[in-house]
Amino acid sequence: MALIDVQNLTLENRLDSVSLTMEPGEMLAVIGPNGAGKSSLLQSLAGLLPAEGDILLSGTPLRTLKPTDRARQIGFLPQFCDSAWALAVEEIVALGRLPWRDRDAEAIWQAMRETGIEGMAQKNINQLSGGEQARVWLARVLASTPRIILADEPVASLDLYYQAKIMDILRQHTNQGRGVILAIHDLALAARYCDRFCLLKHGRIHAFGLPETVLTEVALSDAFGVPIHVDLTHSPPIILPA
Amino acid sequence: MKFLENVRKIPSTALLLLGLVAVFFLSLSIGSAPVPVLAGLFEWFTGQPGLNALVMGEIRLPRTLLALSVGAALGLSGAALQGLLRNPLADPSLTGASQGAALGAASVFYFALLPGLGVFAPLLAGLIGAGLTLLLTLWLAGSGRPALLLLAGLAVASISGAALAAVLNFAPNPCAMQELVFWLLGSVSQRGMAHLAFLLPALVVGFVLIWRQRQLLAALSLGEQVATSLGLDVQRGGRIIVLGAAILVGAAVATAGNIGFVGLIAPHLARPLAQNRPDRLLWPAAAIGATLVLLADIAVRLMPPGREIRLGVLTALIGTPLFIRLIWKMRREWL
Repeated sequence: MALIDVQNLTLENRLDSVSLTMEPGEMLAVIGPNGAGKSSLLQSLAGLLPAEGDILLSGTPLRTLKPTDRARQIGFLPQFCDSAWALAVEEIVALGRLPWRDRDAEAIWQAMRETGIEGMAQKNINQLSGGEQARVWLARVLASTPRIILADEPVASLDLYYQAKIMDILRQHTNQGRGVILAIHDLALAARYCDRFCLLKHGRIHAFGLPETVLTEVALSDAFGVPIHVDLTHSPPIILPA
Repeated sequence: MKFLENVRKIPSTALLLLGLVAVFFLSLSIGSAPVPVLAGLFEWFTGQPGLNALVMGEIRLPRTLLALSVGAALGLSGAALQGLLRNPLADPSLTGASQGAALGAASVFYFALLPGLGVFAPLLAGLIGAGLTLLLTLWLAGSGRPALLLLAGLAVASISGAALAAVLNFAPNPCAMQELVFWLLGSVSQRGMAHLAFLLPALVVGFVLIWRQRQLLAALSLGEQVATSLGLDVQRGGRIIVLGAAILVGAAVATAGNIGFVGLIAPHLARPLAQNRPDRLLWPAAAIGATLVLLADIAVRLMPPGREIRLGVLTALIGTPLFIRLIWKMRREWL
């Protein structure tokens, strides 16, 4: 059974009959030009936007779940994260336990271990670099032990080291039948890590499926409006404007 | 780990409560006549006649408890609103509730409304004024985000302020105007247990409403999107917090007039004790607010007789430099 099955998801002026599925253990990349509807799609799946259509979570309609139950199943990592207050790293990660109404120390430490931030647990968030903060925001999502992580451009504005680090952590999350859906602009990085792709254009699905189906020069050039060179046989894959 | 955490929290919380208790008894011991505090309290509780019981039960205890409750209400509402709006400069008056309460109570003085209610008339009118301005704020903000509530509150506060100025402008005689102005400057003197009976339920209701939303306050540290994705109802919870804050501020202003800056400064002083967490800030901010107003009222009573400075004036005079220091600190953080 699909981990998530989305049918005809529609949001006025943003999404138009988007349908996709993701199997357990998969990492799905949502790609497309700016304004294509990537963030809207993720926010609709996270319950932040009132989109119409059917979303099944392991066969259960998402709309029948209570918000807290939905939050236990789906973790959302927004594109822009910040903390209004100078909170300690551990306190921020612990906020991930809110849907469970507990403060499970093991889950919190596991999330910090997975992201390699256990050594800065007592530091204030505003003392950390952008790359370190990115791992804290991700640890907050991991602490709620969701089956699906929705990550909106999680590697934007990060250096190469932290890009690889974050992608490794997300890939690791897909073990044990869990899944990750991420919006991403770096197509070569996505090609290296992701199993399936959803190419959006003007809120509609332009192409969906395996890398060799979606990451073609024709499909990408058409969606982005510039000639694009693709070489998936190269390791790592090359996807650049021609 | 939780045990260690609790142990770490004890000293600051205990010190805070200890300080509050000390200031409470200090407040009871200060007055024009020397009255033994414990003996006076005992005599009053046991219903014995005499000067000690009279001074303690009729004057000092109501005044002290009122200052404590007003301070706690202002500190708590400030902490809640700063957490909701994610802004350390948010003040309870930003909901428009302070001005609404002041307008309601001032209208009673001006139009001699609700004559049958006696001392309760301005209190009730103040609460109604706070409620109406709150409804107007919520209506204006629509289904918007907390940030919009801030703007709507500011607009409603301006309207209420203008209406209040009009009431003062058209005061029937200089005496009425003086009475209005003095009342607006804030004071906890010449009030009795009846005022307390009005304020305490409001304090409890406001506290319970806000306390039940502390998870939302914690989650809002990371923004509205994250809070919603964590399964919390930001819109509904935000309205409940505003309602709780308006009840607290409305009741406090209706009872004691405008006592500025406590709602702004108390959460700021409490923040280090709560590890900056907005949900853990509620108790300490209430305790610090209560201590501040009690200290200010003690200072008012220690002033030379004949030239009484109003409580609200004193808190504003002390609070403004603290506010400037806060802005200065924030400016340095941005550079």
